[in-house]
Amino acid sequence: MSKSVTIGNKKATVAPFSSWMVVFVLVPMALVVYYAFTTAEGSFTLENLKWIYTYRSTMFLSLRLAFIATVICLILAYPIAYSMSRASEKIQRNATLIIMLPMWMNFLVRTYSWMTILENNGLINSVLKSISALSGGEFDGFQLINNRGAIVLGMVYNFLPYMILPIYTSLTKIDNSLLEAARDLGSNGFHVFKRVIFPLSIPGIISGITMVFIPSISTFIISRILGGGKDFLIGDLIEDYFLGNSGVVNYNIGAALSMVLMILILIATFFMNHFDKDAKTSGGGRI
Amino acid sequence: MKKKIISLLLTALLVFALASCNNTPGNSGEAQSINVYNWGEYIDQSVLDDFEAETGIKVNYTTYASNEEMYSKIVSGAASYDVIIPSEYMISKMISEDLLAELNFDNIPNYKYIGEEYRGLSYDPDEKYSVPYTWGTVVIVYNTKYVDEEDVKDQSINLLWNEKYAGNILMFDNPRDAFALAHIKLGNSMNTTNPEHWYAAAEELKKQKDIVQAYVMDQVFDKMLNEEAYIAAYYAGDAMTMMDENEDIAAYVPVEGANMFFDSMCVLKSSQNKEAAEKFINFMCETDIAVRNAETVWYAIPHTAAFEALDPEQSEDPLVYPPQEIKDKCEVFINLNEETLILQSELWINLKTQY
Repeated sequence: MSKSVTIGNKKATVAPFSSWMVVFVLVPMALVVYYAFTTAEGSFTLENLKWIYTYRSTMFLSLRLAFIATVICLILAYPIAYSMSRASEKIQRNATLIIMLPMWMNFLVRTYSWMTILENNGLINSVLKSISALSGGEFDGFQLINNRGAIVLGMVYNFLPYMILPIYTSLTKIDNSLLEAARDLGSNGFHVFKRVIFPLSIPGIISGITMVFIPSISTFIISRILGGGKDFLIGDLIEDYFLGNSGVVNYNIGAALSMVLMILILIATFFMNHFDKDAKTSGGGRI
Repeated sequence: MKKKIISLLLTALLVFALASCNNTPGNSGEAQSINVYNWGEYIDQSVLDDFEAETGIKVNYTTYASNEEMYSKIVSGAASYDVIIPSEYMISKMISEDLLAELNFDNIPNYKYIGEEYRGLSYDPDEKYSVPYTWGTVVIVYNTKYVDEEDVKDQSINLLWNEKYAGNILMFDNPRDAFALAHIKLGNSMNTTNPEHWYAAAEELKKQKDIVQAYVMDQVFDKMLNEEAYIAAYYAGDAMTMMDENEDIAAYVPVEGANMFFDSMCVLKSSQNKEAAEKFINFMCETDIAVRNAETVWYAIPHTAAFEALDPEQSEDPLVYPPQEIKDKCEVFINLNEETLILQSELWINLKTQY
């Protein structure tokens, strides 16, 4: 990090942000913790925490699906980000725009539209069916929706840009002279990538993973739209307790489950940052 | 420079992502306005414009998919509404919790059109809090192209459990309606407070889960009309709308009985604009307005003058206005006691979290 330039009073400049953080991040988090440890009447209890155990399978399912979605996003995003960062200025601009474009539409609309693509009479299956009809075959279509694969697809589709953009940014930040130096010292293309480019893009990968994993694990609408509403993810469960769709509103259980989710995310972020630091020092050492 | 643009874009992206989560209506502005909270697909939208044009009162119109969703939104205080249109059991719950305002019927002269048999029903016996909007029953909707005549001959609720149609059945995505169907199948009252009945019903729903394509509310329209699913249980008026748009769709009230519901217009106690809200309710009871709404939503109406004005095709349809012998078999929801509600919630969540 270069030394930061201080403009005027440092405290005054961060005041808007820190008050925002306090009001909209710290206070709500404190409320979640408060509700998690109290009864409906407001007295202290640990009762709510037992629900975490009750719903452990839901928790694991959410973790698993979010993990799969994150891995797929990473595999898809890295090559895209890499080729973008190597392309001409104009292509880079347009590619960024294209990646951003779907984000201008509402999240729900985007997810709903996948329904019409994946359904048994949807776009994909209709095309496949008419192809098979042409060749005289009988084809019932693939089951593409109302299963877990569709949920993962929804996550990947919705959160992929959050993976591409940070990786792309970290790749464009790499100083070209480093690459030239590596080549001068006899590295071939693969080695340049392995020894220089990849280590230097790790910060982008880390923030990409965080930005995909967190919304994936806490999503609650994708499973309903693309999963047929059959299996709750942890986000659905929390929503259900807060909105009382099942007939009972219980902020306390909802808060206890949210708290676990927050702790899980904190742990993940902690490990990520740790890994990030390691990578930086070792990567730097090699260069 | 490029870095700056990217970070700016990223910020914009985050803002968009955040902004897309928000859909609560704003509070009333300086011009007179009311917030109306209604079921989805449950009004002729142009009626709202006419109301605005006639009275100058702006209507902020939002919708919900279930009574429970509406209730929790109101008790959380996240948004303020003036007029709501809940079903009977929710009205009695809200009356008992002192959430509804007593109406001033001087402002609702059109109440005179509401038929005798729809007044003073058990959920509002003293006719203080509600003005009936529509009523109907739950029916079983099916597509004649895919469902064999053999299987619907007996007009039974068991069609929803018929394994022959595995993967093509849609079920209510709210526990009250879903459990009601299971209770009917077992021959129990849908208002039962006996835990044994509830456990048995939960077993039925669990059995059914394997053959259910999806649990849905308003999505039922898309999925039935596109012939994505062949069988669904839904509300009669919506079933009529589907039959109107796809001629292969048919429906029946199951012989074992069904839920009969009464949705009524109420004003919340917290309403800042009670008079305007009552004006809106009165407007909804204008004969021509009631006719337009009925022609759009195809639910049965308690409005006598509007009923007379309806096309016989609608007013004589036995699905919309079921004959007495069917009505006799139907049951109206009453508000469940706290223990039963907790049990219902546990069993429902259990259904959704057992993989």
